[in-house]
Amino acid sequence: MAATPDNRETKSMLLNIGPSHPAMHGVIRLITELEGEKVVRVETEIGYLHRAFEKSCENSSWTQAIPYTDRLNYVSPLINNFGYCAAVEKLLGIGITERCQYIRVMMSELSRVTDHLTCIAASAMELGAMTAFLYLMKAREYLYDIIEEVTGARLTISYGRIGGVKGDLPAGLNDRLEPALVKTEKEINEVDKLLTRNRIFVDRTKHTGVLSREDAISYSITGPLGRASGINYDVRKAFPYFAYDKVDFEIPLGERGDNYDRYLVRMEEMRQSIRIIRQCMRDIPAGPVTVDCQAKSMESFALVDEAKLGHTAGLNRVVSSVEPTLEGAERPFYDRVMTKDKRAVLPNKGDTYGNIEGLMNHFKLIMGSHGIRPPAGDTYFPVEAANGELGFYVASNGADRPYRVRVRPPCFFAMAGIHRMLEGYMVADIVATFGSINMIAGELDR
Amino acid sequence: MEGTMENLPSDGPGFFTSKLEAAVAWARKYSIFVYPFVTACCGMEYMSAASGHYDMDRFGAGLPRFSPRQADVLLVVGTVSHKIAPILRRVYDQMCEPKWVVAFGVCTCTGGFYDNYATVQGIDTILPVDIYIPGCPPRPEAVLDGLMKLQTKIENQKQALWGNHGRNS
Repeated sequence: MAATPDNRETKSMLLNIGPSHPAMHGVIRLITELEGEKVVRVETEIGYLHRAFEKSCENSSWTQAIPYTDRLNYVSPLINNFGYCAAVEKLLGIGITERCQYIRVMMSELSRVTDHLTCIAASAMELGAMTAFLYLMKAREYLYDIIEEVTGARLTISYGRIGGVKGDLPAGLNDRLEPALVKTEKEINEVDKLLTRNRIFVDRTKHTGVLSREDAISYSITGPLGRASGINYDVRKAFPYFAYDKVDFEIPLGERGDNYDRYLVRMEEMRQSIRIIRQCMRDIPAGPVTVDCQAKSMESFALVDEAKLGHTAGLNRVVSSVEPTLEGAERPFYDRVMTKDKRAVLPNKGDTYGNIEGLMNHFKLIMGSHGIRPPAGDTYFPVEAANGELGFYVASNGADRPYRVRVRPPCFFAMAGIHRMLEGYMVADIVATFGSINMIAGELDR
Repeated sequence: MEGTMENLPSDGPGFFTSKLEAAVAWARKYSIFVYPFVTACCGMEYMSAASGHYDMDRFGAGLPRFSPRQADVLLVVGTVSHKIAPILRRVYDQMCEPKWVVAFGVCTCTGGFYDNYATVQGIDTILPVDIYIPGCPPRPEAVLDGLMKLQTKIENQKQALWGNHGRNS
């Protein structure tokens, strides 16, 4: 309560925003306390899209959990897929081939671009820039076409597999990918011209929703949000996974941590992602996608398997390798894997129909209550999702189902600290700030 | 208007009313104002369908209204959990007649593969639904197909012209 000069008392007002509100893409409820137009206090209520992700995973086999991961962050489903698969691979102690690492990097970056496009498009639209929205949606369609060609679906793709990916890149993909990237870049540059120096947009976003570096650290906020506040942390650089240590890219950092910086960071990240995709297109080695019998470079346990199947021709020329994803999977653990459930990937059809070992292998992986059985233990594997560090903590008790699949969703931590970005600003700034956080209810509520 | 009515021949249901009804049907069919109740993944495909590439505006359904009072089609896009179900019902109740409901995506049709404690197993357990668009999520083409089916339905149903705007009048 505050007193006005003529001693009339004013009261603060409670305003409920959401869960169904035009400026809130995604379902969340903000209970705001206002003094005039100023936001004094914000309370957040989440859980409107709780879909029992963890319980669903616990009740399905290790492979069947993959479609559930698609729908965590539905704006960039490929990254979720690969994050989960990599976590299970780490638990199993298996590695993936180099070509598959490049495919995963490439597809992750495509997904990151679509995510940032959607985020900027939606937040610009909420600030009134409908043209930017339509341009960026157009760019997203070019990328969806590519994703559809590779994975078979536009959005919920289920492309990752434990031990690899669903299928190889289609022949001649580069001929269509490069024009799509060029067209996407054109749209990004167009929006850059429309928004970056647009007086209205700058006035609405600059110096609003400031998140200080200290706050970002204390709320564990990662991703573009944290980087806009000046935290130089990106899982791709800090703990390189897949082929991220082989590609060259930069991490954009902001200075003020306001909405404008977040916008700039996302714009630059899209350009960097396209740069990564181009490098992958150039450097991707020919070779098998999943851990396969004909691999030139293969894991040691796969070599043993090959020999057991009688495929000894040329094995002495094969290079056995351990790839960087396996960092943390200790040798004894690795050995355990070698003696018991080694293979997570279906054998090729020639083996399934051609010899009894292949047939058994196939059915051991397919039949109910058999399937993939990682050894008892738990592990954590982080990937850099579009919103920040997306971690999968998977625990196994040796059964054919996950004992626990816990996700560290990047949005959750941003939502915990959202009041630091809203309090002290105007009601109208809620729209701009909320848009720049890019809250995705699917991964927030799981 | 009443003067015109008096001049009509008194036998039969009336040439004038049936023609007027057809005109209203035509107008309603091409002026759909949707309320996108977007909760989850399907929202991405809704955005695609509404943007330039697929262009829902071709069917007169391009302008979303975010106030239930101004909308006449409730587009339920994405999983409806038990927590948000009362809000969905409230939005529906606030909409003025005539109104239609489209279930967008398999979660809204049947609960989809979220067969668990948290999810409403089909919004038709809480709302009357006119059009079901299955798919997880449906492609924009499927959305447009559903939209055209809705238009056909609007065109063919009995139009409440004045007064009693009840659904089944």
